[in-house]
Amino acid sequence: MTRTKQTILVADDDEDFVAMTKILLEAQGYEVLAAGGQKEAEKLLAGRSVSLAIVDLMMEHEDGGFALCYHIKKKDPAIPVILVTGVTSETGLEFDAATDEERKWVKADVMLAKPVRAEQMRREITRLLAGKD
Amino acid sequence: MNELRVLVIDDELGMRLGAERVLSGLTIDLPDVGEQVRFLVAQAESGEEGLEKIAAAVPDLVLLDHKLPGMSGLDVLDRLTADKRDVLTIMITAYASLETAISATKRGAYDFLAKPFTPAELKAAVRKAAHHVMLQRQARRLAEEKRQVRFQFISVLAHELKAPLAAIEGYLRIIQDRSAGDDQAAYDHMLDRSLVRLEGMRKLIVDLLDLTRIESGQKQRDLKDLDVREVARTSIETLLPSARERNIAIRLHADAPVVLSADRGEIEIILNNLVSNAVKYNRDGGQVDVTVRADEQSVALEVRDTGIGMSREDLERLFQDFVRIKNEKTRNILGSGLGLSTLKKLATLYGGEVSVTSEPDVGSTFTVVLRKRPDGQEDAHATRDDRRLAAGN
Repeated sequence: MTRTKQTILVADDDEDFVAMTKILLEAQGYEVLAAGGQKEAEKLLAGRSVSLAIVDLMMEHEDGGFALCYHIKKKDPAIPVILVTGVTSETGLEFDAATDEERKWVKADVMLAKPVRAEQMRREITRLLAGKD
Repeated sequence: MNELRVLVIDDELGMRLGAERVLSGLTIDLPDVGEQVRFLVAQAESGEEGLEKIAAAVPDLVLLDHKLPGMSGLDVLDRLTADKRDVLTIMITAYASLETAISATKRGAYDFLAKPFTPAELKAAVRKAAHHVMLQRQARRLAEEKRQVRFQFISVLAHELKAPLAAIEGYLRIIQDRSAGDDQAAYDHMLDRSLVRLEGMRKLIVDLLDLTRIESGQKQRDLKDLDVREVARTSIETLLPSARERNIAIRLHADAPVVLSADRGEIEIILNNLVSNAVKYNRDGGQVDVTVRADEQSVALEVRDTGIGMSREDLERLFQDFVRIKNEKTRNILGSGLGLSTLKKLATLYGGEVSVTSEPDVGSTFTVVLRKRPDGQEDAHATRDDRRLAAGN
């Protein structure tokens, strides 16, 4: 197997979530672009393309994650986006991206509630990247 | 404009109509509570009917005749007390007998009015009652606001304690499962971050205890004449090691001892907070200037840094509990978000205030002004102290 490493963007203002995700993904053979916020993520994305993006909903601004998802999908609708959020556990608000209707306004393929289990993250990434190269 | 509902319970039609006529056109101005009150009047011709109307819609004020057919005014009063009705009652008595008045007051009446009374007397009694009702409402509103603030504080606190726990737990699980493979640097990083988050949590708890002690007023305050300049020196010494690490210079400006009657612990908390912030939010190689000044009424502590500064929007939120300015420049700076709100509460104890000026990437200047006589009273003792200090300088 001589394929090049797939690159994953991780954007979250929670430094520890970024660090953990980066360590886990690198151990699984991915290259990781880490961003501490929406602006930094957009800057990184301007220079290069990624195979998948993991984005936190709440960053500098309350909807920073939504905006970032929107921009990623606008640039290339084929890039799978995982939106992670602590919102459910903190406020009881429920978001999802399970149906086409929901995906129409939440520009993400999957939504995961924090804390995200490592196994669950691995499974979703494998599934979303299947067939892509 | 507030509308108070008044129920007139009297078997005499003339009385009921008279009271209604006087009250329905009336507007009472209560400048000391900042409210205006109007009245909406209903009537009942017996105690039984009155209680029915009260059960249907509780009025704010009841004008209650003492002598009624069927149950008496005092019986009605007893029922209102037994049902814990939140309503103010003015007893109307045919003869202003002391006995009836005492008995009515004992049983929960707010006031009484002797029959026959003039419209002016009725207005005066109602005015007094309205004043009482509005004060009660304001107190209740305040209590509710306090409850809300407390609730919000606890929610945010819970969040601030949960966040580091989640991070540490996440790291430990990865370490436990050896999910980082054999990347030693990754394991070291996770252990370091876990310790940093633990340290942050400890800081939060210490600051929280400080704040609770100040807010509850349970801490014994030990007010003594002390030299603020000397406290500033100690505070600077405490923070020198962390300043040196980043090549930051701290300078103290005070030409003479500055004496203030104060609790040493409180002044230490204020200065430690200010100087530690000035170091934390500074740039490497920066500078901190601590100035202690006094005039006749007050002592000013000014701490100026050459750090990252703040935007106007950040400044507006700065003194709220748990507010930490989050941006790329502050990402790696530890803090509980309680330091400045603690500082502000302490300054209030000295009748003082905290002000700040700031410019992004240039620096911030925090000034705490503490009054030498917090209550503002010019008593002889304070004046003598001042003279002594003036002589000492």
